[in-house]
Amino acid sequence: MSLFTFLKRDADKHTVLSSGHVVPDPARCVQCGICSYNCPIGIDVRAHAWRGEPVVHSQCLTCGECVARCPRGVLRFEKTDLFVKGDA
Amino acid sequence: MKYVIVGFGVAGIAAIEAIRSVHPSPAGGGDGGGVEIVLVGDDPHGFYSRPGLAYFLTGELHDKALYPRTANDFKRLNFNTVRGRVTRIVRDQHTLEIEGKPPLTYDRLLLAVGAQAMPMKVPGAELDGVFKLDHMEDAKRILARIRRGKTVVVVGGGITALELVEGFVSHNMKVNYLLRGDRYWSSVLDEQESKIVEHRLQEEGVKLHYHSEITEVTGKHGRVNGVRLQDGKILKCDLVAYAIGIRPRVDLAKQAGLSIDRGILVNEYMQTDDPDIFAAGDVAQAYDPTTGTSIMDSLWAPARQQGRAAGLNMAGKKTAYVKSAPFNVTRLAGLTTTIIGTVGRGRDDDLVGIARGDSETWRQLPEAIVAQTGFDVNRLRLLVGEKTLLGAIVMGDQKLSFPLEKIISGNVDISPIRGKLLASNAKVGDIVADFWTSYQSAVVG
Repeated sequence: MSLFTFLKRDADKHTVLSSGHVVPDPARCVQCGICSYNCPIGIDVRAHAWRGEPVVHSQCLTCGECVARCPRGVLRFEKTDLFVKGDA
Repeated sequence: MKYVIVGFGVAGIAAIEAIRSVHPSPAGGGDGGGVEIVLVGDDPHGFYSRPGLAYFLTGELHDKALYPRTANDFKRLNFNTVRGRVTRIVRDQHTLEIEGKPPLTYDRLLLAVGAQAMPMKVPGAELDGVFKLDHMEDAKRILARIRRGKTVVVVGGGITALELVEGFVSHNMKVNYLLRGDRYWSSVLDEQESKIVEHRLQEEGVKLHYHSEITEVTGKHGRVNGVRLQDGKILKCDLVAYAIGIRPRVDLAKQAGLSIDRGILVNEYMQTDDPDIFAAGDVAQAYDPTTGTSIMDSLWAPARQQGRAAGLNMAGKKTAYVKSAPFNVTRLAGLTTTIIGTVGRGRDDDLVGIARGDSETWRQLPEAIVAQTGFDVNRLRLLVGEKTLLGAIVMGDQKLSFPLEKIISGNVDISPIRGKLLASNAKVGDIVADFWTSYQSAVVG
């Protein structure tokens, strides 16, 4: 991997993190609560997963803890194009 | 109208939510619709995430985190709870008899009582130190006895047995895992996949014993001190844990004279042969109009969907339960694994019937050709039918599991890539990824 690709990938990741939100796939979720348990600001991510709603929460840091810890791949980041135009 | 739900699991909770979606409670903005809902159950811990017990065992979670609902959430759904064991259904009087409680009448009844672990039937199985993993209580009992450096013997197959193994490993116990056959979960995984899991277990320090069967649990002063194997060999240990399959709790329904096969037989509206009694979840054997068969699943998502369908039908909103491709994501020896649709066949020596986190559909493989890629930890196996994908196992990298879930459950026509998938040395993953990208843009237009 070239340095450019590496940096581009890293930049893309940060763009998604800052401009996206966490989206659940309820069919995968077993409501174990690891997501809510690990959320640093105490958002009940699990409740969003039950309702199948994206975590649109003013305080969400999009830190990725819940996405990384979910043992069943329920959560993913999805980019919202509210603030970013073009192909970021 | 009085609805009684038996069982604290996800099917029961989903049914209550569904009934309240038709008849909102005052807290939900309605007048309650003159509807009374009673939830009866015998699990002292109420509603919690049963699959989450695996992560409680490994120490990734505190037990208190396993409860998805607060008292306030329940208040909003406006139902009463009765804690107790239902001993009899008196159908002609529309009444339930409950141990130590007054009888309870119902207009519509839902049986969502789940399943329980098959008992291990060998001498010594009743000794102190022999465990199963059905409930929160079992998990707490196990954790109370876990000690670093002590030895445990795990018996069984499927997901629960591995959850036990992983739980003990994470607490630095010496784990002996006994398999009756020559590989792990042979009814669902292929040889390569079994080997990947076994190899990872060995790397974690688990000692695998193939072709091994317990004939006796030995003990001293009522406590486990070892197991005797069929060849007479004794394995010394401090604990024994088993997961050899589950049995739907059909006793109540059987006594009430409802139709039963392996589970309680229900039509696509989750209705038993008594029009006022419904069943959902692990105890139900649901009719699938598309295949004409009645299949058991022991999975969280179908239990929730069945509970929801049952609740809507009980409340008079006719809704068929549409079975989707059975799907589970689990960790096998730390490796995230997604199982979709039909993937395996045959029997498993380590399991009696179905296991938790299992679906009978996975074993009913019609004629299909296998396309596979990757022979390390990132492995992808596809079951390629005439025009559709019938199933998939995705181990490790999960990028493709989401598209595959949609392609399989949506019966998407894969004719354009079928030939490519089946070519020798095909880059199966790339082909699926490209197909999914173009399929999506075609659908979105």
